[in-house]
Amino acid sequence: MLSIKNLHASVEEKNIIKGLNLDVKPGEVHAIMGPNGAGKSTLGYVLSGRDGYEVSEGEATFNGKDLLELEVEERAREGLFLAFQYPVEIPGVSNMEFMKESVNAMREQRGEEPLTAAEFLKKAKEACKQVQLPLDFLKRGVNEGFSGGEKKRNEIMQMILLEPKLCILDESDSGLDVDALQVVADGVNSQRDGERSFIVVTHYQRLLDYIKPDFVHILADGKIVKSGDASLALEVEKSGYAFLGKAYEEAEA
Amino acid sequence: MSEQIEQALERKYDAGFYSEIESETFESGLDESVIRRISAMKNEPEWMLEWRLKSYHAWLEMEEPDWAHVDYPKIDYQAISYYSAPKSMKDKPKSLDEVDPELLRTYEKLGIPLHEQEMLAGVAVDAVFDSVSVVTTFRDKLEEAGVIFCPISEALQRFPDLVKKYIGSVVPRTDNYFAALNSAVFTDGSFVYIPKGTRCPMELSTYFRINEMNTGQFERTLIVADEGSYVSYLEGCTAPQRDENQLHAAVVELVAMDDAQIKYSTVQNWYPGDENGKGGIYNFVTKRGVAHTNAKISWTQVETGSAVTWKYPSCVLKGDNSVGEFYSVALTRGRQQADTGTKMIHVGKNTKSTIISKGISAGHSNNAYRGLVQMGPRADGARNFTECDSLLIGDKCGAHTFPYIESRNPSAIVEHEATTSKVSDEQLFLCQQRGLDTEKAVSMIVNGFCKEVFKELPMEFAVEAGKLLEISLEGSVG
Repeated sequence: MLSIKNLHASVEEKNIIKGLNLDVKPGEVHAIMGPNGAGKSTLGYVLSGRDGYEVSEGEATFNGKDLLELEVEERAREGLFLAFQYPVEIPGVSNMEFMKESVNAMREQRGEEPLTAAEFLKKAKEACKQVQLPLDFLKRGVNEGFSGGEKKRNEIMQMILLEPKLCILDESDSGLDVDALQVVADGVNSQRDGERSFIVVTHYQRLLDYIKPDFVHILADGKIVKSGDASLALEVEKSGYAFLGKAYEEAEA
Repeated sequence: MSEQIEQALERKYDAGFYSEIESETFESGLDESVIRRISAMKNEPEWMLEWRLKSYHAWLEMEEPDWAHVDYPKIDYQAISYYSAPKSMKDKPKSLDEVDPELLRTYEKLGIPLHEQEMLAGVAVDAVFDSVSVVTTFRDKLEEAGVIFCPISEALQRFPDLVKKYIGSVVPRTDNYFAALNSAVFTDGSFVYIPKGTRCPMELSTYFRINEMNTGQFERTLIVADEGSYVSYLEGCTAPQRDENQLHAAVVELVAMDDAQIKYSTVQNWYPGDENGKGGIYNFVTKRGVAHTNAKISWTQVETGSAVTWKYPSCVLKGDNSVGEFYSVALTRGRQQADTGTKMIHVGKNTKSTIISKGISAGHSNNAYRGLVQMGPRADGARNFTECDSLLIGDKCGAHTFPYIESRNPSAIVEHEATTSKVSDEQLFLCQQRGLDTEKAVSMIVNGFCKEVFKELPMEFAVEAGKLLEISLEGSVG
């Protein structure tokens, strides 16, 4: 599904990603962990094509297409979804109309008829309930006056509605209490269907108690320095990232 | 992303075509004889001619105002033609079948079909082409309700006393430079009278079109809502795309008698000039209403066109408990300049006013809000609330706010809120990441910003206004 080879990327001429390799197959859940400043969020932005994130070397293919050649919205319509760490507010634009436009943009790409207002409303209400947000959140402005936890749940609601092929969750657990974390995790788990893939970016192992990853990768200084199964995350939990010092040296050598 | 936004503000102006219609157009220039000719063409009563001539002589003594935050070359008033009318209008057509088909096609192209059966249900239209009214629809239905809706030139023939009583009663002949000019040379416009206790059965609308080159459009609209009546009125305007600037100096007067309500909406889309600021309409307009006891006047405007806009629809809240409202969206891009806002003059007790102004600037444009809230000595318990928001698209445009507050009554309350924001890279990125292209994203963000004002427009026109913003923003992002 997603194949990244020797990716190098910079922001404002500062190299952040320095030779990253990653293969994600359909249905897999990959967790990416790492210390602050390792380039975790940058990876999500580079893959989704955010302006100002320059790829200098390497390649990334998504469903057989050269991802790096596509515009932001084209990548999105191909089925790449990014759940933001800090979702931005769009005052006056209701969540409803925003998501309806968005869902219909995806449907158009898939050659499907746009949903009518009634059809969309039905789906939206279900998704809203699933992430345990009151229904009036559909009428409110996008993220307008939402708490941190509500914003994160709103992101998951969008993910459910858009039915993407690959979901990148950028620290969707940060700032959440245990109950909210459970809601977010349940939302994600409900979307695991053996086809849809996930890249779960997180600083803490905690989220992975709820979303069981198939693979765990440790990202440090712009590259993956160690990969393993879920037990790797537990190791991090126990001894922190200190052990990386050594592993990192080995990788350098 | 910002780079994309800043890129060329090329845009499409759908209404920019010119119609091949044989016209009778005065030679350019202005003197007493021109005014006498206009008055004679319209077979006006003697008092009207005198009124015009007095206005003209007053105008000669006045100076063009220069306090607005706009910049344009000096206007040569002798280079303008003050009258132009399609030849086919000379023997006034009695029904739609007699109207020049090319004229009807012009309005159809603009999305204003004049055949009643094709029209939006519940909207009557007066179509003004250059200096004359071409056709007014749904007259019979309106007259059944006792509502008068006709060209002002016709009202001068049929209801001279009504016109004489109210014309200049809200905007005096010598109110300001452009109002004085209009009073001297106005050619046509709409006249509306709603009798006591009558709710006008349909939306009334006037559609102004400038077609001829080097002509000015000087229309005059007068709306009188008698006691306890209600009317909702909408005006729209377009002009062909030309390299020369054209002057539009209109006057609109509203009179809301006791317990009456007037809702006046404008969707202004005059040609704004090209991306380098060549051509476009100078829109110098005086609009004012007087609200008597318990009356309400509400102005809603969506301003997307014109090279230079100078316009302050105002309310004189004369009667106790009267209410004034001003809801405005002004969008400027390219080299457009707008200096617009309102005046709320609180005279009576417990008068209330609300001002919601949304300015959107893109490209190299300049957008200024200028508003006056005046609380008179008798205005006990008067209240005003003003909210003034600016949205910037790109970093080469300007937004300015000039609020003036004068209170001579200690019990009056005036509130003013102002914000300035930008369409941020984060917002655009979020929209794009959800599959929306940049233009759709910007128009959605801008529409969200304008929501408070759009909800004040009559339903059919709120949709139009949203679309107009979309078209206007087309190409304003890369």
